[in-house]
Amino acid sequence: MSSKTEIITDDYKEKYGFSDPVESYAVKGTKGLSERVVQEIVRVHDEPAWMEQVRMKALRHFLDMKPPAWAPELADIDFQGFQYYAKPTQQAADSWDQLPEYIRRTYDKLGITDAEKKFLAGVGAVYESEAVYHSIQGALEKQGVVFTDTVTALKEYPDIMRKYFGTVVPYQDNYIAALQTAVWSAGSFVYVPEGVKVPMILQAYFRINSRNMGQFERTLIVAEPYSEVSYNEGCSAPVYSSQSLHSAIVEIVARKGSTVKYTTLQNWSRDVYNLVTKRAHAYEDATVSWVDFNGGSRLTRKYPSIYLLGPRAKADIISVAYAGAGQVQDTGGKAIHLAKDTTSKIISRSVSKDGGHTAYRGLLHIAKGATNVKSTVRCDALLIDSKSTTATYPYMEIQEDDATVTHEASVGKVGEEQLFYLMARGISEGDALSMVVNGFLEPFAKELPMTYAVEFNRLMSIEMTNAVG
Amino acid sequence: MKLEIKDLHASVEGKEILRGVDLTVSQGETHALMGPNGSGKSTLAYTLMGHPKYQVTSGQALIDGESILGMTPDKRVRKGLFLAFQYPVSVQGVSMFSFLRAAYNNSRPPGTEPPTIFEFKEVVAEKLKMLSMDESFLNRYLNEGFSGGEKKRAEILQMALMQPKFAVLDETDSGLDIDALRIVAEGINKVSGPQTGTLLITHYQRILKYVKPQFVHVLFQGRVIESGGEDLSRLLEEKGYTWIKGYKEEEQLAQQGA
Repeated sequence: MSSKTEIITDDYKEKYGFSDPVESYAVKGTKGLSERVVQEIVRVHDEPAWMEQVRMKALRHFLDMKPPAWAPELADIDFQGFQYYAKPTQQAADSWDQLPEYIRRTYDKLGITDAEKKFLAGVGAVYESEAVYHSIQGALEKQGVVFTDTVTALKEYPDIMRKYFGTVVPYQDNYIAALQTAVWSAGSFVYVPEGVKVPMILQAYFRINSRNMGQFERTLIVAEPYSEVSYNEGCSAPVYSSQSLHSAIVEIVARKGSTVKYTTLQNWSRDVYNLVTKRAHAYEDATVSWVDFNGGSRLTRKYPSIYLLGPRAKADIISVAYAGAGQVQDTGGKAIHLAKDTTSKIISRSVSKDGGHTAYRGLLHIAKGATNVKSTVRCDALLIDSKSTTATYPYMEIQEDDATVTHEASVGKVGEEQLFYLMARGISEGDALSMVVNGFLEPFAKELPMTYAVEFNRLMSIEMTNAVG
Repeated sequence: MKLEIKDLHASVEGKEILRGVDLTVSQGETHALMGPNGSGKSTLAYTLMGHPKYQVTSGQALIDGESILGMTPDKRVRKGLFLAFQYPVSVQGVSMFSFLRAAYNNSRPPGTEPPTIFEFKEVVAEKLKMLSMDESFLNRYLNEGFSGGEKKRAEILQMALMQPKFAVLDETDSGLDIDALRIVAEGINKVSGPQTGTLLITHYQRILKYVKPQFVHVLFQGRVIESGGEDLSRLLEEKGYTWIKGYKEEEQLAQQGA
């Protein structure tokens, strides 16, 4: 832990009332999973009894479960070998020198500032964004919007938390959800009252700065009827983590006529297992969008899903992945149509390079009674070289005859003719490749705020022009 | 300044297509290169630009006396070479605007400061106007969903922006109806000034009504077998390529007999 971070944390304590958890057995970083560890988390957070019960049930459930057959690598993971509660500052690198070289190189090429680099590396905090967060907070509070961390929400908004926590992703849902529910320790809580349109994008980046990146983030977003909110998490620059298991659950409740857009840029360091469950409930006339990029970690398993529960609800999923050397990005999306006149669109784009592997895994479910459903699924994969691979696992369960469903899939190689054409316009081979790849990923980039899109394009250009090693 | 092609031999997948091409184009000149299908016209265009599939087995291609054959295509652009493609390739998600800007910046003389985005907008607006093209064109993706005429006009727009010393136009007239042909041909005339040497590759004579070459060459089985003035193209149009083949064979026989 760097002394600098401590000083800043102390400063926050005075200024904003943040504090470090009490030093304890779990906080000291003992590995392994047990009731005692879960109890420690509860104690450190000072959580209510109902949450402790949920955690304990989830833990027992996890310990009784077997990993799913379709995710064979989960069986090889020794879940007792990880640390389940790390002090926020402990998750960061102790010093700049500890960072993998490729991360430092990417920071330099992205041209990000020294202060930002240190934040991303976890060796420092960023004062300015802390100030931004607090000025945003002021504006939001006037509208009754809550944007805080989940641990704080348990204390300050216990009714909302208790009403919705685990209703979208129950711990019984899947192997990793059980584990995550038992040990979650950070995340965002967003509540938007009826009719309120949040005028700015809520950025986890600003909030998380004060407490660092979470290993087991638990996020809950509740959008009351006819409200609108956009939420961004992550950034395209690589983020160092000393913890090699990351698991998040994001639950979204989009009530009647509301609009929720959730954007993720995931670029964890390349030794991380990133196992995430993201799900939304979309009620009548609600629209939910997942815009998801996975470019980091050694293994990502993440399939953002939307349950269309009310008539005319709309689901939009854009899932984009990049797998470089040694990486597996197993991603996709799910649309579960449980009401009539609902629509869904799933777009998946993946790029594999230097032996990376991408997989699209998707589900389209149209239940009996969900009539007049329209759905489009499109997944395209681009292979940069012959060492890299991709796979597609689309599942369709359609129980109504009048559904309009289109499904298209393609696997392509970067065309020699495309590169030649661009080079014949004076563009170097590396830039030409970057151009083709960024063009391919454009459906994702155009969903991002301008500055994010620019940085994302730059990141992909760096990846395309990087030699292996 | 000259583009010199000397005894150029080139193969595709081990098959020799160019069998000793000799041709010199000086700046300010317009040359038409005609020939039947399979005579090697497009192969010559691709070989000059440096397509990786085309292997030069012997001979030379020089710009201002410097060999370009060892250079990657982007380096050849910097020497002043341009190729208008017969079949321009589409690239999804890449806007015409960003593509044209990259092409423009990469064809500037080394050391020149690239224009700002606003300066470039002015430059491109002027060229669009010259070619009677709408500005909405810039928001489209590179050649995606373009009609044949739009693709060819886009090629000439690129030439206008890049201002090459030597432009090779590979069957820029193919696939165009009469109106589109006229627009494209007028575009070529506007774009190629006294600083441009143009090699117009064509199968038919019709574009030569609009773009007047000073020199006409016939490529046959990988070699330039005849060169002349504009009359030659008319003669070819009337009598066909078989005529010239027969005529050349007779000439050869006569030489052998002599």
